[in-house]
Amino acid sequence: MPSQTFEHTHSAHCESGVMSSMMRHHGLPLSEAMVFGLSGALMFAYIPFVKLGGMPLIAYRSMPKAIIKGLQKNLGVKMKMQTFADSQQGTKALDDLLDQGEIIGVQSSVFWLPYFPEEMRFHFNAHNLIVYGKEGAEYLISDPVFEAPVRCQVKALEKARFVKGVMAPKGLLYYPVKVPETIDYEIIISKVVKKTAKAMLKTPVPIAGIRGIRALAKSIGKLEKKELRYAKLFLGHIVRMQEEIGTGGAGFRFIYASFLQEAGTIIESDKLKEASQIMTLVGDQWREFALMIAKAIRSKKSQKIDFIALQTKLESVANAEAEVYKKLL
Amino acid sequence: MESAAVPQDNVSTLANHKKAIYATSVTGEYAIVASSGWQVEAEVTTQALQELERLAEEAYESVVVGKFAPLYFHMYNQRMDLSTLAQASGIFKWRLKRHLKPSVFAKLSQELIEGYAETLGLSVEELCRLPQRGGSGA
Repeated sequence: MPSQTFEHTHSAHCESGVMSSMMRHHGLPLSEAMVFGLSGALMFAYIPFVKLGGMPLIAYRSMPKAIIKGLQKNLGVKMKMQTFADSQQGTKALDDLLDQGEIIGVQSSVFWLPYFPEEMRFHFNAHNLIVYGKEGAEYLISDPVFEAPVRCQVKALEKARFVKGVMAPKGLLYYPVKVPETIDYEIIISKVVKKTAKAMLKTPVPIAGIRGIRALAKSIGKLEKKELRYAKLFLGHIVRMQEEIGTGGAGFRFIYASFLQEAGTIIESDKLKEASQIMTLVGDQWREFALMIAKAIRSKKSQKIDFIALQTKLESVANAEAEVYKKLL
Repeated sequence: MESAAVPQDNVSTLANHKKAIYATSVTGEYAIVASSGWQVEAEVTTQALQELERLAEEAYESVVVGKFAPLYFHMYNQRMDLSTLAQASGIFKWRLKRHLKPSVFAKLSQELIEGYAETLGLSVEELCRLPQRGGSGA
């Protein structure tokens, strides 16, 4: 039985989109941007020694599941989260919950979801979607990064939920068991905003936050000594992580600016609204950086890529972004 | 970024889908804008896809000359590499590397072969041979 009242929404990012839809379904209207901001998900990390598909890990937000966990911690939402050793058990559990009329969050691989177009199918195992019903041998799915609801064969979703490897979903299912009726925004917003600002500015490790952005800039400067093909792939990889992978543009910086604006309106804070405007400009700079990279990649082999110019640009983005957080400390 | 500046480049890598981008109205209010894609992201996605195709192509040739078992081609053709396939099939990388040799692969147990086939989403028969040319780069 499909859940009668569920409404699909098109979101930028899977995990925040799922949680936003889920909270709204359970009576707590919370935009995707608010979910993203209030869970403290904004981050930057550049981890050269962790490789995915041969490329170093570059993330513009915190770890997968951090949004689900952050909402529980900061808003007092309680989620039931279940993983399974056996795929058939996992499918049965999902079907039973659907029979009870629940809408269920599911972690899955992107590659094995047949409704994803060929061009977007990469091996990424921490995708999130909502299953809101079942008809015959098909699930009714609200995948937040798609404009409209989609359908998926039961067997195909089972495979996508039980892939092994990095960030293996282990059939993860989740749904709220307690959703607060009201939220004390005054307290929570300022607490979370400060915490995020602090995490971005004062990390103890040189690969996270603003220091992580600077470290990435430095690595770009050193690409000159590497093989040209690798250098171009590395640069392309940065832009893909920033623009292609459901970030809402500029590696989540625009979503965060949207959050700062909405939060600033809710608690009537000019400081937050101004920070939102500056963050928008920072996002614009990230996009300029992406455009510079695209031009560099396009260049013919004989032309030299100006790695130092790219490094300098990214360093100036880092400086500009640091100003936003200093304002919010 | 203002809504009017959100790229609508109809890029092929989105395959007629639209993605949600956050942008500001003329008065500065944020909202989601459905974008048909940005040329910049299309270029880097295409670059990544072409690299995967190149690897599958190279793998195909090295299987043809007998350097590796067809498993080697299927690994790349399903957009994986050694680490990804090793982790996805739960087999140590050094073991997988051995299994890629035609002589070793020929003696693998049915169980191991079925495991690889399932991980790669292929039938055992498909796994054990190369597809006709033109089938790579899926």
